[in-house]
Amino acid sequence: MRKNISFLVLALFLTIVALPLTAVAEDAPAPAPVSDPSGASIGGAADVIGATTGAPTKEDMASMSEKEPLATKLADVVGHNRISINMVWTLVCGFLVMFMQAGFALAETGFTRAKNAGHTMAMNMMIYGIGMLGYWICGFAFQMGGVGGVASLGGAGALANEFSITIGGKDFGLFGTTGFFLSGVSYDAVIFTLFLFQMVFMDTTATIPTGSMAERWTFKSFVVFGFFISMITYPLYANWVWGGGWLSCLGKYFGLGHGTVDFAGSSVVHMTGGVSALAGAICLGPRLGKFREDGTPNALPGHHIPMAILGCFILAFGWFGFNAGSSLSGTDLRIGVIATNTMLASASGAFCSMMYMWMFYGKPDISMAANGLLAGLVAITAPCAFVNSVSAVIIGAIAGVLLCISVFFVERTLKIDDPVGAISVHGVNGAWGLLSVGLFADGTYGDALNGITGGVTGLFYGDGGQLMAQIAGVVTNFVFVFVLMFIFFKVSNLIVPMRVKPEHELEGLDQHEVAVTAYPDFVLQKTHR
Amino acid sequence: MKKIEAIIKPFKLDEVKDALDKLGIHGLTVTEVRGYGRQKGHVEAYRGIEYQVQFNAKVKLEVVVPDNLAEKAVDLIRNTANTGNIGDGKIFISDLQGVVRIRTGESGDAAI
Repeated sequence: MRKNISFLVLALFLTIVALPLTAVAEDAPAPAPVSDPSGASIGGAADVIGATTGAPTKEDMASMSEKEPLATKLADVVGHNRISINMVWTLVCGFLVMFMQAGFALAETGFTRAKNAGHTMAMNMMIYGIGMLGYWICGFAFQMGGVGGVASLGGAGALANEFSITIGGKDFGLFGTTGFFLSGVSYDAVIFTLFLFQMVFMDTTATIPTGSMAERWTFKSFVVFGFFISMITYPLYANWVWGGGWLSCLGKYFGLGHGTVDFAGSSVVHMTGGVSALAGAICLGPRLGKFREDGTPNALPGHHIPMAILGCFILAFGWFGFNAGSSLSGTDLRIGVIATNTMLASASGAFCSMMYMWMFYGKPDISMAANGLLAGLVAITAPCAFVNSVSAVIIGAIAGVLLCISVFFVERTLKIDDPVGAISVHGVNGAWGLLSVGLFADGTYGDALNGITGGVTGLFYGDGGQLMAQIAGVVTNFVFVFVLMFIFFKVSNLIVPMRVKPEHELEGLDQHEVAVTAYPDFVLQKTHR
Repeated sequence: MKKIEAIIKPFKLDEVKDALDKLGIHGLTVTEVRGYGRQKGHVEAYRGIEYQVQFNAKVKLEVVVPDNLAEKAVDLIRNTANTGNIGDGKIFISDLQGVVRIRTGESGDAAI
């Protein structure tokens, strides 16, 4: 126990030491951004410019301010309202994504056995708190510290310090350096809103490996993991795609479309979680009794299918916030297309995985169909804003089939035990989702994204460069996340053992790891083998 | 006095209870049980892997009757719980040494 605490304290210490170091990088000549904790001055006339096709231009505003002072004042209020709508939208969508934690908890617990239900629930509950604290300490700063402002929220200009390396005169951003502990210049209403929204996304990533590693993971090791993924792993890759880092600059520097484009996080959130889940499940090994001596898998049925299905529905509900909220703007009316694409892909994902199981395994397996629903959602997460409805259905359909193939490949060929299918749902389909932007994006949306004019366009609509940028994203994610998490699990295992004792695993983790059994009033009996 | 223990299919419970009630047998005890006989369990599939459910869910009802009613009660249970399929269950009949009603202390047939 003492070891674990010292490990956590060390992590905290390193972060605090890093603060003054990064402060050096903050000595930029640009005028100091003004932070506004109250939010009263956020949003104004400037935010009206270019708001709609008929909105006044900068020149209009300049000439008008002399002739019509009242109109200028009104424009100020209109601008404030516009930003307010965007901020409320972002917050409400963030709340929806937060509710996905409940979905994950129910889905994962339903798909695992009754004797470990308390433990699986506890991990899903505590990752919310642990991940959030880690993200508050340094995760947010690493991810968004160099994003350079969020126009739709009318501010966050203080987040303008990116640590980059310069190769051939081009800056490759690696991580941000503003926003530690949400303090100093980050005490700002816009930055806090951004933190909330980005935090719930990070928590989604952090809770994915608890599924693939369920029923055999020590709680101590899980706590260390919770801090590591929220402070280091997730923020770095997220910075490269969303925080102004190097993957987002591939378009600007090398002409690869708009750079790696991941609208709501197929790769940033789901693939990172899925690849971490893969590394974790490999390091942890299969549950006792999962594989027979000849290597063929046994079924270890989940104990509460209705709970799992409820969880999947909650996830699908939260996903509207996940995807449509990623516009960070309630006045960007593309959100209608985004939300509808999201629904459609989940429908075809569930339908195709149901049909796959029906055709090849005799019955429409409900747990696989539920996974298929999620697979469709994961896959549409990156392309949801850039594709039409037919593409959304195709992307979801491929995701549903891909999920089934992947589940059996992971279990039967790789011999990796993934109780809930997290590797296949989030890892494989996260990769597929990111690639699908480079194939199906139809060029109707995404003008000026990552500094490139014109809509995001995939291979089928004439831009092969975008596909190259997407492939770069997938390869980077897999190599970076897998290697980092594999090393993390191996090293942390030396300090804090990952695997529970075999006798505890047989009796159930509830009483040994989290002190309370989920179902104390029931005799738990196994009726199958 | 005889004790009749019958293992039956769960969905037959209400029918059997109503039939016994009509016969004038107004008390019985029910337990949810699992077991197997010739039916030998059944096969289910989870995520593409088939597995054997060895013990099927059944209901065990226990009823105590005076000697003169025993045969009728057994026949009744057999006829009511019968679906003609494998897995319909079994009836066990045994002699009973005594019965005591806890509240009044009555014993024998009066306590049934």
